[in-house]
Amino acid sequence: MEILVCVKRVPDTAENEIEVNKDGTGIETDDLVYSVNEWDNYAVEEAIQIRDKVGGSVTIVSVGDEESEEVVRREMAMGADNGLLLTDDAFEGSDGKGTATLLKAVVEKGNYDLILTGAQADDGAGQVGGMLATMLDMPYASLVNAIEMLDDKKLKIGREIEGGNQEMSEIELPCVLSIQTGINEPRYVGIRGIRKVASIEIPVYGAGDLGLSADAIGAAGAGVKRLDYFVPELGEGAEMLEGSTEEIVEKLIELLKAKGGIK
Amino acid sequence: MSKGIMVVAEQSDGVFRKVTFEVLSEGKRIADKLGCQLTAVVLGADIAALGQELQAYGPDRILAVEDSQLADYLTDAYTNALSGVIEQEDPGILLFGASVQGKDLSARVAARIDAPLAVDCVAISCDGDVLTATRPIYGGKLLANVVLEGERQLFSIRPNTAEIIKAGGDAVVETVSAEIGTVSMKFIEKRMETGKIDLTEANIVVSGGRGMGGEDYSVVEDLAAVLGAAVGASRAAVDEGWRSHSDQVGQTGKVVSPGLYMAFGISGAIQHLAGMSSSKVIVAINNDAEAPIFAKADYAVVADLFEIAPYITEEIQKISG
Repeated sequence: MEILVCVKRVPDTAENEIEVNKDGTGIETDDLVYSVNEWDNYAVEEAIQIRDKVGGSVTIVSVGDEESEEVVRREMAMGADNGLLLTDDAFEGSDGKGTATLLKAVVEKGNYDLILTGAQADDGAGQVGGMLATMLDMPYASLVNAIEMLDDKKLKIGREIEGGNQEMSEIELPCVLSIQTGINEPRYVGIRGIRKVASIEIPVYGAGDLGLSADAIGAAGAGVKRLDYFVPELGEGAEMLEGSTEEIVEKLIELLKAKGGIK
Repeated sequence: MSKGIMVVAEQSDGVFRKVTFEVLSEGKRIADKLGCQLTAVVLGADIAALGQELQAYGPDRILAVEDSQLADYLTDAYTNALSGVIEQEDPGILLFGASVQGKDLSARVAARIDAPLAVDCVAISCDGDVLTATRPIYGGKLLANVVLEGERQLFSIRPNTAEIIKAGGDAVVETVSAEIGTVSMKFIEKRMETGKIDLTEANIVVSGGRGMGGEDYSVVEDLAAVLGAAVGASRAAVDEGWRSHSDQVGQTGKVVSPGLYMAFGISGAIQHLAGMSSSKVIVAINNDAEAPIFAKADYAVVADLFEIAPYITEEIQKISG
């Protein structure tokens, strides 16, 4: 089984505040800490577990600037076999469709049976997997939280649906799956693991290598244009409710009846 | 824009999701502004009668795409069927609910018809015939205004952000057949054992964090039961193994926008705040007066949650009889 896992280097927003830059066109990147998109760790772990069971290889690919190489290497250190980096000034400003177009070109250079992405990344859209599958004319399932090999042509998969429920289906290979957190427990990667893969060469592809024209990708090819960024309005801080338990609860329920939708 | 608006209604097992009525109401508002036609389309098996429920929200037309292969949601089958309807009806704007299914379907359809998509919009405004969508990025820490370029534009709207407005109307359901084509996926079953209220659509969410101290969520669950609320959890509680991943509210879990969010024993890590700060009213109960969640809350109580929660449950039970 040849597996390709698409990963992304993202600002570590869980631990850091994000600020809008002066002209409102992007974010302040100076003091930003980056890491791998959390969902992608689950996708890589799942790929490694499948390979360990049935054989084959796991290839990590990332679209991004040169700094994304560290993310590819970190994910390789989990136990992947190969890494690829897609970087080119022409890729900048790509929207979801642009990113999917780049990944499609990479998929077509290889011979993959299974393509995994994280369910979503920092812009929260969760769209690249579905778009990639459509462009490749492959079947697709999103929010996958269970994978079982039925035979070398078919997988049984579980998807998370509303209310934490699960939907089971069969899907034919080759296919694209977007992976939800909780499908496994991604292994820990230590410094030693990263050192082990430090000398492996990671091929870098630009637009020319992928046979893509500049107007299909990057800002030129993007149908989604960002106008500006702004910070959501914050509340005025909490009103502290004080007194005995009885008093607090009485006050709270009155407030909720007035504003909180309790009838 | 003279081309019409098409709202993709979402049903599951013969029941519309609440977000369908929100999106249809939003579609009606935009259609009235642009002076264009509003079409609601629903896909499934045996759904013509169900489609009539959409009439009250004011669409000009209601299309029911019926096929036995559409009985359960399968991305491929739905993408093929809907893309066919889009080719035929030629709408300029397509609106989806940003639910599990809506996000999945909209991304595939966007790629199929080669049109741009704005996902998870929290507001859409019209300036002349240009639509500007506001959508959260970086886990809701920032909002971005985006416009789409192209003859067809797709938007998905986050649940609980648009108001449901009954507009009245006299549209009748037109049944349409669909071209499903080959489908490389087969539905096996739905495992609906959780019986949980969906976090992203719930009007009230009651969450517990590290302060719960263990797997026993009964004080939070009891309160949720009397409120008809969904139960959420912080990442800390999920990492401890007290609750499942699907219960996690936060940047790497569910993003919720309920009318009321009650946080018990949640300190308010940035990760969690990203998932719930767009709630309309936030109540935080924590025994640490310095907990960061108090900065985002509307009402705060410094107290032992195990004392307060059962008391609130009891009082609400009294009101609701």
